[in-house]
Amino acid sequence: MPIENDIRIKAEDVNFYYGNTRAIKNLNIDFYTNKVTSFIGPSGCGKSTFIRLLNKMNELVPNTRVEGSIYLDGKDILAKKVDVVKIRRKVGMVFQKPNPFPKTIYQNIAYGLEINGERNKKKISEDVEQALIKAALWHEVKDRLHDNALRLSGGQQQRLCIARCLAVNPEVILFDEPCASLDPISTNKIEELILDLKKQYTIVIVTHNMQQAARVSDFTAFMYLGELIEFAQTSKIFTVPKEKQTESYLSGKFG
Amino acid sequence: MYSFKEKSIKIIFTILAFVSLFFLLGIIFVLFKESVPVISEINLIKFLFGKYWYPTHEPAEFGILPLILASFWVTLGALIVCAPLGISVALYINEIASPKQKQILKPLIEILAGIPSIIFGFFGMLVIAPLIQKTFNISTGLCTLTASLVLGIMATPTVASLSEDALSFVPKSFKEASYALGANRWQTLLKVVIPAAGSGISTSVILGMSRIVGETMTVLMVSGGAAVIPKSFFDPVRPMTSTIAAEMGESAVGSIHYHSLFAIGLILFLTTLIFNAAAEIISKKHRLKLGIDR
Amino acid sequence: MKNKIIEKLGFAFITLGVLISLIFLFAIICFIASKGLKAISWEFLTSVPKNAMTAGGIAPAIVGTFYLTIAAIIFALPLGLASAIYLNEYSPKSFVVNVIRMSVNNLAGVPSVIFGLFGLAVFVKFLGFGVSIISGSLTLGILILPGIISASQEALMAVPNSIREASLALGATKWQTIKNTVVPAAIPGIMTGVILSIGRAAGETAPILFTAATFYKRGYPDSIFSEVMALPYHIYALMTEGTKPEKQIFIAYGCSLVLLAAVLLISAAAIFLRNKYRSEYAN
Repeated sequence: MPIENDIRIKAEDVNFYYGNTRAIKNLNIDFYTNKVTSFIGPSGCGKSTFIRLLNKMNELVPNTRVEGSIYLDGKDILAKKVDVVKIRRKVGMVFQKPNPFPKTIYQNIAYGLEINGERNKKKISEDVEQALIKAALWHEVKDRLHDNALRLSGGQQQRLCIARCLAVNPEVILFDEPCASLDPISTNKIEELILDLKKQYTIVIVTHNMQQAARVSDFTAFMYLGELIEFAQTSKIFTVPKEKQTESYLSGKFG
Repeated sequence: MYSFKEKSIKIIFTILAFVSLFFLLGIIFVLFKESVPVISEINLIKFLFGKYWYPTHEPAEFGILPLILASFWVTLGALIVCAPLGISVALYINEIASPKQKQILKPLIEILAGIPSIIFGFFGMLVIAPLIQKTFNISTGLCTLTASLVLGIMATPTVASLSEDALSFVPKSFKEASYALGANRWQTLLKVVIPAAGSGISTSVILGMSRIVGETMTVLMVSGGAAVIPKSFFDPVRPMTSTIAAEMGESAVGSIHYHSLFAIGLILFLTTLIFNAAAEIISKKHRLKLGIDR
Repeated sequence: MKNKIIEKLGFAFITLGVLISLIFLFAIICFIASKGLKAISWEFLTSVPKNAMTAGGIAPAIVGTFYLTIAAIIFALPLGLASAIYLNEYSPKSFVVNVIRMSVNNLAGVPSVIFGLFGLAVFVKFLGFGVSIISGSLTLGILILPGIISASQEALMAVPNSIREASLALGATKWQTIKNTVVPAAIPGIMTGVILSIGRAAGETAPILFTAATFYKRGYPDSIFSEVMALPYHIYALMTEGTKPEKQIFIAYGCSLVLLAAVLLISAAAIFLRNKYRSEYAN
């Protein structure tokens, strides 16, 4: 395991409630800088709910409550006084279904820059290009930047959403089942991209697909019924799981 | 947690959102305030149940029973026209029409619902009234029957549109279950669809009624304008709305006549309020029954 | 067999109802179109009335209706949109929101003549605007407010939540998200609401009866405090006032056709636009 200094995010005793239902139970986990950590587990186990805590998206869901602490660079983001906007600029997110704005490709990426106060047109267009290059989309769209983003294919839309996220310079990127609605070829491209992005970013990915977790991640967390059952290096968890439940999930006995 | 700017924006929107409530209360306040002299100077019972409306005579009489009854009969008559027609149109669109017909009929009905009431009044005055006069051989065609007929036609698209909404809320699975049991389309319609949409349809009829009671220009032009208690559907009448519209221009501000016109407005307002509230309650129950949120 | 006959009869009955309704409604349109076309000419649309309303055109009434309608929209749109934004974007489900929703619904059901009374008491008398464009358009503005709120709310609701999440996840504030993402995506829907309201406001007579309209005005209005001629009121006045009904009726036909055509075209455009937009979102 890497040394303590490399911990980017540290979650301590996190509990999360939808009304009276406890969806996450006493969860403790560390995420390491420039590593990919994946969450696996049967649907409804709380993995998406948990990563949505990391950029405070669950705040948008009415009738919910959270306990515990999540430290990002040493500061507790679950504390009352925290500015959600600042957190979300540091911790970007890519969603399950590609969700481009109904605007042009260019505007989709410029959006994040503009809301951050960037006014310089030249700078914006440079950053748009950079983001598209990083997201491996530039060559496919450079001649039609002013087309509506909704005309792109599903895989391209998802890479556009990744580019949009990259453009605001986050430090951590959360992927919530990013390939759930994509074909195998597009999935492959996104996975390559994730492996490329970890050089610069700390990445957390929720996936339904165990092979995907095995292919892209350095660490894997297995959740079941709101509890973190096992957390270890991916190579270990897939070969010598410690827990019985992990083993039966990995061997396809449930889920 | 959020910045000051975000908080102020939220407060501004909250205040602006109250504008509808503000206007609604404003309307209620104005109507009450301007009606008060009627209670103090005429007395409520005499006003509501007085049989004679002679606002400009000497001595003047302010009994609005003839006006209330006029509104009642005209509305009832219009209802007899618009309920069956409107519901037929809704059933046709929902059950019989081919997808193509549906595509044309639905927007068409909505567009027709937008025909201004003055146009109906104009048409009623020039075409329906003479027709009624000739057919029934009466002294004037401007009477309760004409007003009912014209208003009924006018409200038909509204009732149709709202009923169609109610019908489209009925889950497909209900119908499929009925077909699967060997029922034909008519049986399914009668025994499954209409009962399931029943309260939604009654809501649409109530809202249509509310629109008819409050309709002004049409009745002003075709109801004949006589402020006497009608004895038959062939008598000319003067419903509440047309009384306000016709006499407001002539009444001196602050006179008892002026105030009694506001009092008529208040009664009209309360009537439609009751209709709308009833419609809302029924439709809420209806949605609960069908398991629709919102 | 018997069931089949009953089914046929039942459906025939329904179809009959549809035919009666449509025949009646189209009779109105055809009647006004056929009579009105004879009255309409370029001159009719662009000149002022002459010889005590028995000749000349209806231009001042067209202009008056245009002013009243546009001013009503200018008043109602910002308020309506703000209410809708609050209800859809800011409000938690609460008592307050229910109260606002209920008042919107009830305001929508208030008879138009009552708005006229309110306008008379408040704008004409209390605020002292007199019978004027401003009194009339404020009154019409309140009348169309619930429609604008409902249409805007529907449009905002149709904006998928994923788009809001995308914007917030990029670190946009709530207001930035609403202003830059949600409202622009809802604009087609809001516009249909506005266009429908224009049609509604243009056709209403009772609210302007005591607040804005006049039978005859020499020339065009020169400020928002002058009274105006308006198409729907002009029809009413031509039919019920004046001295030469046979000549006036000819003008009334033309006037009705102009109003009817305008209102039908406006609402048809709005409904067409909305349906197109709805189906786009459904995909």
